Amino acid sequence: MSSLFAFTLLGLFTGAAYAIMASGLVLTYTTTRVFNIAHGAFGMFLAFVFWDFTQRQGLPTVLSLVLVVGVVAPAIGWFIQRFVTRGLGEGPVSVALVVTVGLLVGLIGLAQQIWPPEPRVLLPFWSGTGWQVGDTFVTAHQLVTLVCAIAVAFGLYLLLSRTRIGTAMRASVDNPELLKLFGGKPDRVAALSWAIGMSLAALGGILLTPVVLLDYYALTLLVINAYAAAMLGRLKSLPMTFAGAMILGVLESWAVGYLPTDGFLASFRPVIPALFLFAIVVLMPQAQLRIGQVKGIVTAPVPTMRLSLGSGTGLLVAALLLVNVVAPNQVLLIGVAATYAMVMLSLVLLTGYGGHVSLAQFTFAGVGALAYAKLDEPNLFGLLLSAVIAAAVGALVALPVLRLTGLYLALSTMAFAVLMDKVVFNAEFAFKFNGTLAADRLSILGMRIGSDTAYVWFMVLAFVLLALGLLVLRRGALGRLLIAMRDSPSACGTLGLDLRWFRVGLFALSAGVAGLAGGLFAGLRGTVGAADFLYFQSLLVLLLAVVFGATSVTGALLGGTALMLLPEFQAASPSMAGLLFAVIGFGAVLLGRDPNGIANHVFRIGRWLRSRIAPGLEGRLQGLLPRGGGSDGAVDVPLVDIAVDVEKVG
Amino acid sequence: MALLEVDDVVVRFGGVTAVNRATFTADRGVITGLIGPNGAGKTTCFNVITGLQRPTKGRVRYRDKDVTGWPVHRRARHGVGRTFQRLEAFGSLSVRDNVRVAQEIHGGPLAWFGGRRGASGVDLLLDRVGIAEYADERADSIPTGTARLLELARCLASDPQLLLLDEPSSGLDETETDAFGELLVELAAEGCSILMVEHDMDLVMSVCHDIHVLDFGEIIASGAPADIRTNPDVQRAYLGYAEGDGDTSVIPAIEEVVS
Repeated sequence: MSSLFAFTLLGLFTGAAYAIMASGLVLTYTTTRVFNIAHGAFGMFLAFVFWDFTQRQGLPTVLSLVLVVGVVAPAIGWFIQRFVTRGLGEGPVSVALVVTVGLLVGLIGLAQQIWPPEPRVLLPFWSGTGWQVGDTFVTAHQLVTLVCAIAVAFGLYLLLSRTRIGTAMRASVDNPELLKLFGGKPDRVAALSWAIGMSLAALGGILLTPVVLLDYYALTLLVINAYAAAMLGRLKSLPMTFAGAMILGVLESWAVGYLPTDGFLASFRPVIPALFLFAIVVLMPQAQLRIGQVKGIVTAPVPTMRLSLGSGTGLLVAALLLVNVVAPNQVLLIGVAATYAMVMLSLVLLTGYGGHVSLAQFTFAGVGALAYAKLDEPNLFGLLLSAVIAAAVGALVALPVLRLTGLYLALSTMAFAVLMDKVVFNAEFAFKFNGTLAADRLSILGMRIGSDTAYVWFMVLAFVLLALGLLVLRRGALGRLLIAMRDSPSACGTLGLDLRWFRVGLFALSAGVAGLAGGLFAGLRGTVGAADFLYFQSLLVLLLAVVFGATSVTGALLGGTALMLLPEFQAASPSMAGLLFAVIGFGAVLLGRDPNGIANHVFRIGRWLRSRIAPGLEGRLQGLLPRGGGSDGAVDVPLVDIAVDVEKVG
Repeated sequence: MALLEVDDVVVRFGGVTAVNRATFTADRGVITGLIGPNGAGKTTCFNVITGLQRPTKGRVRYRDKDVTGWPVHRRARHGVGRTFQRLEAFGSLSVRDNVRVAQEIHGGPLAWFGGRRGASGVDLLLDRVGIAEYADERADSIPTGTARLLELARCLASDPQLLLLDEPSSGLDETETDAFGELLVELAAEGCSILMVEHDMDLVMSVCHDIHVLDFGEIIASGAPADIRTNPDVQRAYLGYAEGDGDTSVIPAIEEVVS
């Protein structure tokens, strides 16, 4: 009994720190409708700043704390609201998600660049001081954490219910437009809530650092804890968020106390927040469709069938030349690029066409690879079965959030990716901890594609076929449905479309494509392990897909190539490793508002060249080619229009 | 016999009661009007009937089944179709594809992959509501009145038995409104029941079989057009005062007030 008391007490202290962090997340989300996935990353970054102030600059602890929480954090919060997230809340959820994922990756890169990896210790406050309470020892740091949490709760209560601006903040939760009409200033409210939110992220991060260590990733992942806690209050209620944080802290503490220290169950401790999250999400009530929510619409370019076939053939010829020319080790790299490009194709379907965001796409590739290696059926049947398994897992992830809106689905995928990364992939039945599985190259009709060059070319062929398949879907009924669903979910509902199952199906299809890529990747590598499918990789896949264009297969091709090159560049100049992450992350922040990405600019240059070099050729070509929209009824939007759209969006 | 029965429905948003114990019916094969001043709760009633809004209290029965707990799409598949006051056309699709999507949704998942091609019924529908000339234009580039007709065509593509029209004639000129009224009568004659929220009193009075009047969330009058015209409660709701019984001159005034 007494040890139960001790573990519960310990849990409450950790929970108090989670509560501080989670309340910041809720505050920014409710007032500005932007869910800040980088909340934990900001906590991480500011904890590093605090370390820098106290350890490197040698400032007194209390002064550093005041500077970080009271000056640096609010300034960053104001800056982010003013220049990055302003207006994101009114746009599509997917854009806000991509932008904040960009911030997350960018902050990790920036932190690595400023504070290169080395052991760092951030001592607890008044370390060594503490008191005996019953059979447990309460440190001064734990007491400080609890006091801070109570102060934050009390302070937020006073702010929100006793001050003018606090009332305005509560009003902006319901209707910022109305607030403006009544003379309120939504921008000032938003800036203030971001400033406070950032301070709370900093405070939470600093208080938790002695528990989770000063680590780029561990602190960043605290956003899942905060999110899980906040979900108990449906991302709205602060008291429920505090309660959720405390429950989470206690559950984690009990896990430390009562779960075995080795074996499969031991690995569950780090994923308690993710499991807690799934449990709450399953119990959430059905979200209602909303009308009058028509979002900014970006048209995805669809090439004619002729052009698609031509480009695909061109790519295959180019790949054939390339694999026979480049050095043997670079042949494998082309295969890696093809893998990434295929995973990004799955995002073209899900994000570019469907408007949903997945933060676990490379994890699905991992599921496909695992299935392919485990099945040990290196033929088309085994490959397809791996894809089907990945699709089934994708459906399982989407099922709990069936009744909720897109934001929850995206956030759950991140929790899922962490769960797979930390527990399932490392389990005995999977790759095993630090282990790998062997996977054979694919055989087709009994012919084993053994050589690197042939196998890599086959992967490019798979990419081309998938891309063509995707374009056929896009031009057909499914493509129209996807656009319709993005333009007006309620109209689709009142016409008889079950959006919930449609979304699950879409998600499964997308996961299946990623799984197929994973299976091929396993064959390419020969051995695959959990280290190949870290959750962070999924974030990079998403960001590069969006930067290069999540609405076109060309974007997937470019993005896949770029993601393959990234570690090569990082290996070539290790001092710049973090900077490259920062460039990608902040690049996505800048480009995330336009999902057509760089690919669209490539199309524009192409059109410009054609009009300059061979004016009139376009017209003659158009005359020769049967345009869609007529006989096959495809959605054939003239490319010029898209350029105009993009300018409007940008 | 009633096709749709709204029974004692209450909808509260926080402290505001948008619909208060509303009870009304819509009969098979006729046009029923739902009128009332702005903010009376008409669109909220539509949302409750289609399932976009869960009522705080009360039941909705459709074809003698209690559909209160049914999700939106299930009601739609059983023949409840609607148009929206604030347009919900698929803006980035062409007008033709808007209707086509509706047909495909109606056809079910098997129709999405490959499936039926060259839907000729689509053009017939566009022709029927009189917007065939816009077929190839993007739905967000057409005039409001046309977009409302598009929503009607889109709804008809899913073969509804009960059609809910939310201010369908706003944005139409006089000739277009007349043609639209004729179309509604035709549809009703074919067996499609129509429940319509409408501010154009001439249209309402000329095509509706029954009219329900909603004011501050409550049904204050129900009956045939002639009764509604002379009902003192209705006059009070629209004008703030009631004129002498039998004085039909109030109707043009209503029209001015609301438009």
